[in-house]
Formats: sequence, C-alpha cells, structure tokens
Amino acid sequence: MSTNPFLLLSYLIGSITFIMGLKMLSHPETARKGNMIAAVGMTLSIFTTIFLYKNHNGEGLHNYVWIFAALVIGTVVGTMAAKKVQMTSMPEMVSLFNGMGGACAMLISLIEYNSDLQPAAGKLIIIVLGMIIGTVSFAGSMVAWGKLNGRIKDRTIPGGQVINFAIFGAVIFLSAMVVGGYTGNHAVFYAILGFAALYGILFVMPIGGADMPVVISLLNSFTGVAAAFGGFLYNNPVMLTGGILVGSAGTILTILMCKAMNRSLMNVLIGSFGAKPGAAGPGGN
Amino acid sequence: MLAFFNSNYHLITIVILSIFLGIEVISRVPAVLHTPLMSGANAIHGVVIIGAIIVMGEAHEGDILSLVLGFLAVVLGTLNVVGGFVVTDRMLEMFGKKKKK
Repeated sequence: MSTNPFLLLSYLIGSITFIMGLKMLSHPETARKGNMIAAVGMTLSIFTTIFLYKNHNGEGLHNYVWIFAALVIGTVVGTMAAKKVQMTSMPEMVSLFNGMGGACAMLISLIEYNSDLQPAAGKLIIIVLGMIIGTVSFAGSMVAWGKLNGRIKDRTIPGGQVINFAIFGAVIFLSAMVVGGYTGNHAVFYAILGFAALYGILFVMPIGGADMPVVISLLNSFTGVAAAFGGFLYNNPVMLTGGILVGSAGTILTILMCKAMNRSLMNVLIGSFGAKPGAAGPGGN
Repeated sequence: MLAFFNSNYHLITIVILSIFLGIEVISRVPAVLHTPLMSGANAIHGVVIIGAIIVMGEAHEGDILSLVLGFLAVVLGTLNVVGGFVVTDRMLEMFGKKKKK
C-alpha cells in the first residue's frame, strides 16, 4: 500500500469532525457550528482524496477535468436548490438529497461491477449489497419526495406486503446466485437492480404522508450503510466511519422520532395501511 | 470465514465502535432538533462522494460508459453533500432566530 500519510491524517480529521458534528447537532446552542465543522471535515476529505489518493499500483487519479466539472455543477445546483427552497418544504429537500446519495452509491457499484471482470467473492458481496441498499434508498426517497410535494398520492396495493416480501426474496435469491458464482450473466445483476428499485417504491408507497419524516430518516440511515459499503470497497476509513455513524445514529433517530409521535416504528411501517389522515399525534416535529 | 475476519479485523473493529458511537452521540437530542439532525446526518453520508471520485479518477480514458456514470455519480454525490449542509444550515438559522425572539 502506498498510502500518503497526509491523506490518512485528513481522513482521521474527517472522521473526528463527523463525530463532533453529530454530537453538536444534538444540542440547540452548538447545532449550527456542528454542521459547519462536519462540512469543513468533508471538504478536507474530498480535496485530499482528489490530490493525494493513490491506488495499489501507486498511480494517482486522473480525469481531473471531469471530476472538477462534476463538483462545480453539483455545488452550484445544490446550493441554489437548497437556498431557494421554502422553509415548509425542507423535509422534501432532505429526501431529494438523500436520494442523490443513494443513487451515487448505486452508480459506484454499477461501475465497479462493469470494470472488474473477475472480482473476488468478498468484493462481489460488497458491490451487490451497496448497490441494493443504495437503490432502495434512492427509489424510496424519490417516492417520499413525490409524496411530500403532493405529486404522489397515498396508495394501498391489495396484498402489498406479500408482493414486497416476494420481491425481497427475489433480490436475496438473485444476489446469492451472482455472489456464489452460479451466473456471470450481467442481466442478473441488472435484474437485482430493477427489483431493488421496485422494492424501494412499494416500501414507501403505502405509508401515510404524515409519517414521511420517519421514513426519510430511515432511508437516510440506509444510505449511510450504503456509503459504508463503499468504505469497505476502497478500504477507506472516512467513508466507513461516516457511513456507519449515520447508519446507527439515523436508526436511533428514526426510533426517537416515532416515540415523539407516540408510535412504534413497526406501527408506522406496517400499521399504516390505508394511511388514515391525522395519524400523526401531537408532539411530532 | 476466519480468514475474512483476520484480514478485515481493523475495519470490523471500526464498524462495531462506530455503531455504538452513533447511538451514544445523539441519544439525548431534543425533539425540536430531530429534523435538523436528520438533515445533518444526510449531508454526512454524502462521504459516499469520495468513492465516486475514486471510481471517476480511475476510469480509463476510452471507457465512455464508466466516465459518464462516474461523472453522474460525482454530481449526485456533490448535490448530497453541498445541498445537505446548506439546507441544514438554513434550518438551524431559522431555529436560532426563533429562540432569540
């Protein structure tokens, strides 16, 4: 390994700022500063990666024009979208950005799958799992976003739970086939992607609009886990800590949000068939 | 299985400790901060962009598919990071103003 010590140091600093950021975000006085600190750590990690990262053969990154063009486009569009959004539509914006993160994880897995013709089983598991979780998060977040801005109505599909369970089974079965090496067919990989997307859509579809923040928080922790798989894939500590932190903190936050509405998570996810209006109790955020 | 554990011992340790840390660090958050915290965490999982940058930076010049998908991945990752932090900041800005009144 030809890893630059400054790169590792910046990753360590990045991880620390994420932990401090989350800690400070959970206190009213320090919240805004915590957000800033995490943002600084993130920027540092991104730029040191661009300039200092070297692969196993000691080669640095190239395609700088593409990378910087993408960064500039993302920054300009992201800032404008985030600045323009109405205060009341903040949660749907969060959902949209969360979906972008999920899609990013999905694309990373796609490219890795296409570029490595003979991956080891361990790497394949990581690629497939990252792809599935990223896709579910992306598809689910898009539905949540559509529901919050009124484009998608609450819809209950008869036997929805059974269909969802069947799709979930299909995803597991096909993944086992790919990882076990029973098929090298790329079509199977894309079938998994399709089923995962369908699962994400059907998972969020029957949940009532009032419960959306809870679902977004859950999908948020999914994306965290998908990011952590990227950390495994590249042996990258900051992706790993950042992803897992959000994964676990997001799960706890989801449960806390349910508690604030006097409901259990199961109740929100399963008991919301028909999604009665006014289901969210007082005390909800 | 044991071989996997041996070669990934450090990563597994990091994962386990991070899980507990994540739970511990936010366990006393007041209800008003639920949404900003969710939004902040949303920005943090944008670290996935580092993976996107690595794939993009390692793609071969002639591999148009990887270049295009990688480009898209970096754009989406940047949206997640930048949008996430800016939205969180706006939420907290509003929160601070309300408190002063």
